[in-house]
Amino acid sequence: MQTLVNMFKNNLRQYGMVIALILITALFWFLTDGIILKPLNLTNLIAQNGFILVLAIGMVLVIITGNIDLSVGSIVAFVGAIAGVLIITHGVPIWVAVLVSLVVGALIGIWQGFWVAYMGIPSFIVTLAGMLIFRGLTLYLLGGQSLAPFPRSFQMIGNGFLPDIVDGSSVHVLTILLGIFFSILLIVLEYRKRKEGSHLQQEPVHFGWSLLRLALLIAVINWFAWILAMNKGVPIVLVIVLVLIIVYSFIMNNTVMGRHIYATGGNRKAADLSGIKTKKVVFWVFVNNGVLAALAGLMFASRLNSATPKAGDMLELDAIASVFIGGASMAGGVGTVVGAVVGGLVMGVMNNGMSLIGVGIDWQMAIKGLVLLAAVGFDVYNKNKAN
Amino acid sequence: MSEIVLEMRGITKEFPGVKALDNVNLKVRSGEIHALVGENGAGKSTLMKVLSGVYPYGQYEGEIWFEQELCRFKDIRQSEERGIVIIHQELALSPYLSIAENIFLGHERARRKIIDWKQTYAEAQKLMERVGLDESPRTLVMNLGVGKQQLVEIAKALSKNVKLLILDEPTAALNEDDSQNLLRLLVELKKQGITSILISHKLNEIKSVADTITILRDGRTIETLDAAKDDVSEDRIIKGMVGRELTHRFPPRQAQIGDIRFEVRDWVVYHPQQPDRKVIDRVNLYVRSGEIVGIAGLMGSGRTELAMSLFGKSYGRNISGKILKDGKEIQVNNVQQAIRHGLAYVSEDRKTYGLNLIDNVVRNISMASLHNLSKRTVLDRKRESEEAERLRKAMKIKTPSLNQIVANLSGGNQQKVVLSKWVLTEPDVLILDEPTRGIDVGAKYEIYTIIHELAAAGKAIIVISSELQEVIGLSDRIYTMCEGRISGEVSGDELTSEGAEELQEKLMRLMTDTGGRNGANAS
Ligand SMILES: Nc1ncnc2c1ncn2[C@@H]1O[C@H](COP(=O)(O)OP(=O)(O)OP(=O)(O)O)[C@@H](O)[C@H]1O
Ligand SMILES: [Mg+2]
Repeated sequence: MQTLVNMFKNNLRQYGMVIALILITALFWFLTDGIILKPLNLTNLIAQNGFILVLAIGMVLVIITGNIDLSVGSIVAFVGAIAGVLIITHGVPIWVAVLVSLVVGALIGIWQGFWVAYMGIPSFIVTLAGMLIFRGLTLYLLGGQSLAPFPRSFQMIGNGFLPDIVDGSSVHVLTILLGIFFSILLIVLEYRKRKEGSHLQQEPVHFGWSLLRLALLIAVINWFAWILAMNKGVPIVLVIVLVLIIVYSFIMNNTVMGRHIYATGGNRKAADLSGIKTKKVVFWVFVNNGVLAALAGLMFASRLNSATPKAGDMLELDAIASVFIGGASMAGGVGTVVGAVVGGLVMGVMNNGMSLIGVGIDWQMAIKGLVLLAAVGFDVYNKNKAN
Repeated sequence: MSEIVLEMRGITKEFPGVKALDNVNLKVRSGEIHALVGENGAGKSTLMKVLSGVYPYGQYEGEIWFEQELCRFKDIRQSEERGIVIIHQELALSPYLSIAENIFLGHERARRKIIDWKQTYAEAQKLMERVGLDESPRTLVMNLGVGKQQLVEIAKALSKNVKLLILDEPTAALNEDDSQNLLRLLVELKKQGITSILISHKLNEIKSVADTITILRDGRTIETLDAAKDDVSEDRIIKGMVGRELTHRFPPRQAQIGDIRFEVRDWVVYHPQQPDRKVIDRVNLYVRSGEIVGIAGLMGSGRTELAMSLFGKSYGRNISGKILKDGKEIQVNNVQQAIRHGLAYVSEDRKTYGLNLIDNVVRNISMASLHNLSKRTVLDRKRESEEAERLRKAMKIKTPSLNQIVANLSGGNQQKVVLSKWVLTEPDVLILDEPTRGIDVGAKYEIYTIIHELAAAGKAIIVISSELQEVIGLSDRIYTMCEGRISGEVSGDELTSEGAEELQEKLMRLMTDTGGRNGANAS
């Protein structure tokens, strides 16, 4: 009995944010008479918040190394402006513009990473400066005005859908198939994890529990796929986000680089003396964040179908909030990609739900602030109790 | 006999997966020095944390009676109000504040919320005199050595009108002189009526000052010995701690010494902040394969600086000199190169330089070997856990699982994790800086055995230690260091033929040989 209670407690901590996400979704489902989970709105929700998730994935790595990046909102605007000027003003081919934008993101990351990692300037300062610099450059590039519209093919990034494999079906068949594919993938992964678990010499997760978890997850995935299939299928944004989640989770859990990032954030001196090039790690994490911010910038510009000077205003705060809601620690060394994404979804569902029921932007901000405080407070409280 | 001032009855404390304390009883008499001994992980620190309210009432079972009153402390503040002050294994001073500010931190000498500096400094001065700390109360704590910082902690305790002083391994990071000082101070305080509980793995210290000794093993009270009546020889205490006779302090060994494996020539290092201060001065030394070479030196003699500068120039600047491995000169300009050339350095300060405390045992063990445990940068996690498990068994690391967070392990087990990390890199040359600091006798024996095995495998080993007994017991050859120079060398015949006392004296003389002769041994 004791162990059962313990198990429940441990899992509650681990899944606390997932449970919170479900509760918040349920609340808005109730408040909006179910509109929030209607096919059309769900598709919107994804398209509207995809770039926040992309930013959160980049940000969580930065925060794990014990740093912060306040400049991503401005990078989003700046990259949007560059794409706008290239495509709309100069008629440069889309793929060239996209490539240039990502390279610009990398260059910004190199710039900021250099000051933080090699010059030892606190990232808070460097990226605060970056926030001003790139916002300023955006205004300069756009001359204070918006550029619009983008060509149709560019709009696809933020608004498009995967084409279906069969024509004329009332539901989107590919989406259903993808749902099934991911279900199978999850089962395989869970099986492999259980096998590996026995090598870790840990008390294995209760079999029933992992079965229950798996069943729930699969149910959610297929239900989700079904709803999307009833609209226009899988948004391109979702594809981008899913690919990033998988790639970055793998990097963080299974590669040398990932370990180096955690070790650098956990104890920099010990990492140095273990032969980890911590400066290089921090540098590359910033470069990576620059590229992901640029990608988010493209998604944002495409979604809005314009490049505007105010783009991405305060987005850095949404991204940072997502990461902390997702369980990362200010001190570094702690955090997960999936956690950050769940945190981002909490923010996203709230954004969307509150808009649906007509809460003004003023109260939206205040409520999001309170949720951030409550989420992190709950986490800290739990940790203290566990000690 | 004097009255009982503290009684802990049936204390039980559980952590997830570990029963750290199991029905422990402790009785402390007023005005005595009560020693608490036991192996790593026996529960000593945990028991003291329960007593001082770090683990508040409700998180443990059992009763605490202090001065005939049942106490239910909610936090440290409450226990301090009753006059129970704990000085933790890790010092908790604020480095950028002065001695006086640190002493009164949390209960400042103030009038209407405004600090009265005159009173602060005057009172600090008095407290400092009581603990024999000869410094200005305005000195910043960061400029003090560990020994003096320890005295500041005690002065701080005294300022709170302490009745029961708890010291958790106070001498682990101190050299002999400072340790002696501290112990003398405890005896002095005892005369002033202050009771103290002393946790230490240095049994000779315990023997010299303790009136009563309580032995813990695996979270249980084994016995309480009275120094006035019972046999409290070291062997007797050890028997209680490990549950069997430990006849030898060092495992037997047949040294098989080969050719010169590692050699350092004319090594010079300057201070990182003061560019014209030489920290290491023309050091020459060598280690043969299969040989264990000790470096004995007082704190501040440059032992750690030497080791860290050799290990990928992790310390100092303007470094010059040569490093040779198997007769060939090697370039070791950073830690990666050092590891690639088969060097390993186990730091004396495991918490700052050795461990990622918030991560688990596996990941700490694999931290320096990730490239060997991966294929094209993808980790083989199965192999990683297997290797970690192998080392856990070999080193007898006490942990409920490999996924345990390292911060939750006891000090000795943390040390074994650091050792495991470096053994996993399969080094040829191991530099061990204070490898048994804060480790119990049983575990020391195990670590000595591991060191012997590594030597038997043909590795060259350098052991830095301020415990002379340890240097003598382990080494095939000993260098002494003083003021950044090698001040002498004691080898084979002298080590075996001379008596322990003479040998210690001789080393001590070499270690304090500050001037005159050119100490660097000819090479
Ligand atoms: N916060 C914690 N969470 C989980 N386990 C813990 C925690 N603190 C201590 N333990 C465990 O409790 C046991 C007792 O630890 P404790 O630190 O009291 O040992 P100790 O006798 O002080 O050892 P040492 O001499 O090595 O300092 C150990 O097995 C340790 O791993
Ligand atoms: Mg301890």
